[in-house]
Amino acid sequence: MADPHAHDRLIASLGAELAPVRRLRPPWLRTLGWLVVVAVFAVALFARYGTAPMLARWAGAPDLGWAGLGAVLTAVAAAWAAFALAVPGRRTAWAWLPLAPALLWIGASGLGCLRGWVAPATHVASAPEAGDCLFFIIAFSVPLSVLLIALLRRACPLRPVLTAVMVGLASAAASASLLEICHAFDAAATDLAMHALAVGMVVAANAALGGRLLSRESGRAT
Amino acid sequence: MQDLTATAFMVPDACFPLRASIDPAVPADRANETPERRRAAWMAAAQAGDRRAYERVLADSVGLIRAVARRQGVGHDQLDDVVQETLLTIHRVRHTYDPARSYDAWLAALAGRRAIDGLRRSGRQAHREVSDEVAVALHPDEQDASAESERAQQARRLRAAIDELPPGQREAVEQLGLKELTLEEAASRTGRSTGALKVNLHRALKALRGRIHGED
Repeated sequence: MADPHAHDRLIASLGAELAPVRRLRPPWLRTLGWLVVVAVFAVALFARYGTAPMLARWAGAPDLGWAGLGAVLTAVAAAWAAFALAVPGRRTAWAWLPLAPALLWIGASGLGCLRGWVAPATHVASAPEAGDCLFFIIAFSVPLSVLLIALLRRACPLRPVLTAVMVGLASAAASASLLEICHAFDAAATDLAMHALAVGMVVAANAALGGRLLSRESGRAT
Repeated sequence: MQDLTATAFMVPDACFPLRASIDPAVPADRANETPERRRAAWMAAAQAGDRRAYERVLADSVGLIRAVARRQGVGHDQLDDVVQETLLTIHRVRHTYDPARSYDAWLAALAGRRAIDGLRRSGRQAHREVSDEVAVALHPDEQDASAESERAQQARRLRAAIDELPPGQREAVEQLGLKELTLEEAASRTGRSTGALKVNLHRALKALRGRIHGED
């Protein structure tokens, strides 16, 4: 048993070094901040490719539009869940938030493969073209994940791996949403598999690396 | 004038909820001031730099931390460690508390995490201790050590006794006893007859027996 006055001494010393702190902004506001960065990427891509090809694809094959919407909502929900999970005392159930949009994203993408016709202004991606999708998703996921992890390190993620999985999902979904702007390929099994592989790689890398970074943060007592 | 007086009394009450809670004219506020709400208010004040409120909320948290740690299965002897580490964590992440939400839930999450860390640490320590027990079991004890040194001493004495034997006898012991050669091998190596080797070995063993037992 420790010295009974040890706690009093520690409390007094913590009191002595107390300084005012800037309170953490609510998770929805922090999510919004991250989404602004995603929006900047989107604006840059729209400036380069325009909105017409994307809208034409969506008008001709609505399932592509639903898949895109699912990806955007998954990114929003997963980022929000990550910011909520990083606040002590928030429920773990937040991790379920991206489930419904993710099902929409996966379901609509899967349904697109069953269509008999090819969406307007697209063609079915060849293997090297599908490889470009993999590269695009990973390349955009890296800065988005890094930013999310940096923001989350200011909080206190007590479930670091689960939070990092949300980070990976948010970044990969946001990257897939951005890809939708310049994705001239119709839904096909090879392309879909490449997207799934990219998302899986981003989530796994975050769970391994991001989990460690976040756990170092939350595991530190002082 | 009546209106002004009423307003003059109402504004301070509205501005200073603490005074309102003490005022018997507003019992509803007092009834609502649960210990948790008090802690939440103290922590909110601490975030703004109020040292007194901070020390109060930390002191008030110790009991809660212990309760959480006990529920997690932390042993009595480790409770104080978990309390101290949780207090340090509170200090580091105090900016993550949102005064609009439950202070106790926030604290319980931090204390729960530190309790799990404590349990993991003690688990690792217990594992190391098991390994140590195995090491102790395998380590020769004091009696073994003395037996070992006695054996070594006997070997030295035997070696010295062999060295003092006449060259023929010493050769027979070395070739047949120590190197475990057959009679034929030893004969071809030394150039002596097998009979001579047998005689020399017999004499050597007799001499050694006498030397060793005679000394004992």
